[in-house]
Amino acid sequence: MASGSGLVSGAVKRVYMDANATTPLLPEVVEAMHPYWMEFFGNASSIHLDGQRARTAVDRAREVLAELFHCHEAEVVFNSGGTEGDNTAIFGLLRPGDHLITTSIEHSAVLQSARRVGGTGGVGVTYVDPEPSGLIDPEAIRAALRPETRLISVMLANNETGVLQPVEEIGRIAAEAGVFFHIDAVQGAGKVPLDVRRIGCHLLSISAHKMHGPKGVGAMFVRRGTPLEPLLVGGSHERRRRAGTENVPGIVGLGKAAELAMKSVEDGTWDRVAGLRDRLEAGVLALSGTGLNGAGSDGKPVARAANTTNLWFDQVEGEALVIALDLKGVAVSGGSACHSGATEPSHVLLAMGLDKARARASLRFSLLKTATDADVDHVLRVVPEAVEKLRAVSPLAARTLG
Amino acid sequence: MTERETIAVAMSGGVDSSTAAAMLAHAGETVVGLTLQLWDQTRLAGKHGIPDAPKAGRCCSLDDVYDARRVAHQLGIPYYVVNQEARFEQDVVRPFVSEYLAGRTPIPCSLCNNHLKFDQLLQTARSIGASRIATGHYAINEYDEERGRWILKRPADLAKDQTYFLFGLTQAQLAHTLFPLGRLTKPEVREEARRHGLALAEKPDSQEICFIPGGDYKQFLTAYLEEQGETMPETAGDLVMSTGEVLGRHEGVSNFTVGQRKGLGVASPTPLYVLQIDSASHRVTVGADAELATKTLRADRLNWISLAGLERPMRVKVKIRHRHEPAWATLEPDSRPDAATATFDEPQRAVTPGQSAVFYDGDEVVGGGWIV
Repeated sequence: MASGSGLVSGAVKRVYMDANATTPLLPEVVEAMHPYWMEFFGNASSIHLDGQRARTAVDRAREVLAELFHCHEAEVVFNSGGTEGDNTAIFGLLRPGDHLITTSIEHSAVLQSARRVGGTGGVGVTYVDPEPSGLIDPEAIRAALRPETRLISVMLANNETGVLQPVEEIGRIAAEAGVFFHIDAVQGAGKVPLDVRRIGCHLLSISAHKMHGPKGVGAMFVRRGTPLEPLLVGGSHERRRRAGTENVPGIVGLGKAAELAMKSVEDGTWDRVAGLRDRLEAGVLALSGTGLNGAGSDGKPVARAANTTNLWFDQVEGEALVIALDLKGVAVSGGSACHSGATEPSHVLLAMGLDKARARASLRFSLLKTATDADVDHVLRVVPEAVEKLRAVSPLAARTLG
Repeated sequence: MTERETIAVAMSGGVDSSTAAAMLAHAGETVVGLTLQLWDQTRLAGKHGIPDAPKAGRCCSLDDVYDARRVAHQLGIPYYVVNQEARFEQDVVRPFVSEYLAGRTPIPCSLCNNHLKFDQLLQTARSIGASRIATGHYAINEYDEERGRWILKRPADLAKDQTYFLFGLTQAQLAHTLFPLGRLTKPEVREEARRHGLALAEKPDSQEICFIPGGDYKQFLTAYLEEQGETMPETAGDLVMSTGEVLGRHEGVSNFTVGQRKGLGVASPTPLYVLQIDSASHRVTVGADAELATKTLRADRLNWISLAGLERPMRVKVKIRHRHEPAWATLEPDSRPDAATATFDEPQRAVTPGQSAVFYDGDEVVGGGWIV
């Protein structure tokens, strides 16, 4: 079968700026996982030596995760990723009559779980809206507290804007109120230091593939004594917190990825990435009819993950710009994919108060920690051309920009 | 290859558009596949008798997007789904609903082709660096040097002729559109699909209106209006014989279409047909089959293809609905430049306001408009 097109051939230089969607495995991670597919294939629950080898590897990864979270090893639960962690926190803690406080900018793994317990589950749910910057005001969380509030669930870093949420303050509010606190740290873990003791959260979810680990594996911090019902029941794996044969190669990969991530948090990697992100941002903002979404666009600086920027392009359909950039070798994202794979405007941007047109005209650039100056140069060459072309054919632009 | 030569193929997940994409890709063209996401098939599912799970072969069903994606992957071409739900609702679904509520019988496919599909595809194509689009329609377009115009012609397979739905294409759209299937018959297209190893070569054709699962437009109207929080406007009125005799009341004009025989709710020794629906008085007139025949029709919102405009009377064949055999008529200019009147040689049955009238000169589409 002949290939019909040069567009997907290797001829075009590709720059991947969609790290918040997923990241490639680092070579060290692949190497660490390698023996656990065929050589050390045992079931970590088995008594024999084959099983023991697998168990040892899982336990070693558990130590690394405990170090990443700053918790005890017994408080680390391996699972299938961020969605499972978010679902477990909400379905595992809330019962009819309870009240949940979350935010309107959470990942859909939290929002859809909240919708379900709020619908048939008899749980009251309050969705706190962000400020226009994308930041959740801790006082808005406090104001939403009710006597029956049982859980607060707030993300660490927002996937669309990168804005870091004030989880320490929210942790204090939760502690004062005697309420459980879950953090969806899928986008923050590996980019900023994590300390579950200092934050005072009870639950925290992460995913391996957002930090150069494999897909389909993640971990959860579950503070000792938290009355969390497991989502999956069966064997007595993971101290009965999560049934199912351990994904040993995946867990090993997660352990290695977490180890490398901790290094990156300390060795200045993210400062370098922030420099690249800032240069990219400045380059795009130099174009006419562009702007930053939230995150200090109103003059008040807001802390955000070093790799993320969310920008709007006046008179441009974001969906078409994503395609045009893709065909030019630049992978970015705009909004969220709906059931068919078409793009819907980002619920995060809408919650921040952007109108639909502006939200549709917005793109997220999220850099890998391995991003280079050459990557930014390439993107800054391709974006202005693509934007210009889109504006030239846009019926909106024809009227207003001449 | 320069990017000017990139072709964006509209892929629905059906045999026709998939084969069109395969033919272009195998001819060495630089091809990008696009699916316009027009309607969320799950949106009204389960309401008012609309099926829960849409069958395959309906545009925008998940299965069709899956099929289109698989073909694109097999051909090694980039493929994207473009969200046009908002525009489709505004430009096609809304007008469709209001036409029905006004007692007319609209053709959403022509509305879509005229107001959305080609316009949007060309715009998306240009914005992503493609200069032309291709679709799996059965039609032929070619440039005529003498007249200096792009001509739209009936395809090789007259049974699959889709020119009736394409009368609204502008010269600019025709100049940038390819119809790779125009000179093939449907069996040849399936053969071509098999030759290119497309798994969906045997997939059945879709026939129904894409956003109306099950094909019952009354269920759709009810479910859609309810979803929108709107009430069905009161359009009940008298059901009268062509002689003026009042037969009774009917529950709403949207239950009727010109030429309809079933579901009139009256008993009669001879079959009765809907002759006329008056959107102002809500009066529905019925009569004998013979009374359905009409000698003239007037069409407006015309688009001319092989002519710049109609200046003098012209002999044409006129097609008044999808399954109608074009009939000889004399087409005459109207006082309004975007309207014309056709006088048939032989009276035609059930000329239906809201449908299109398309004018043919031999194989060529002269132009067309909407029957008023």
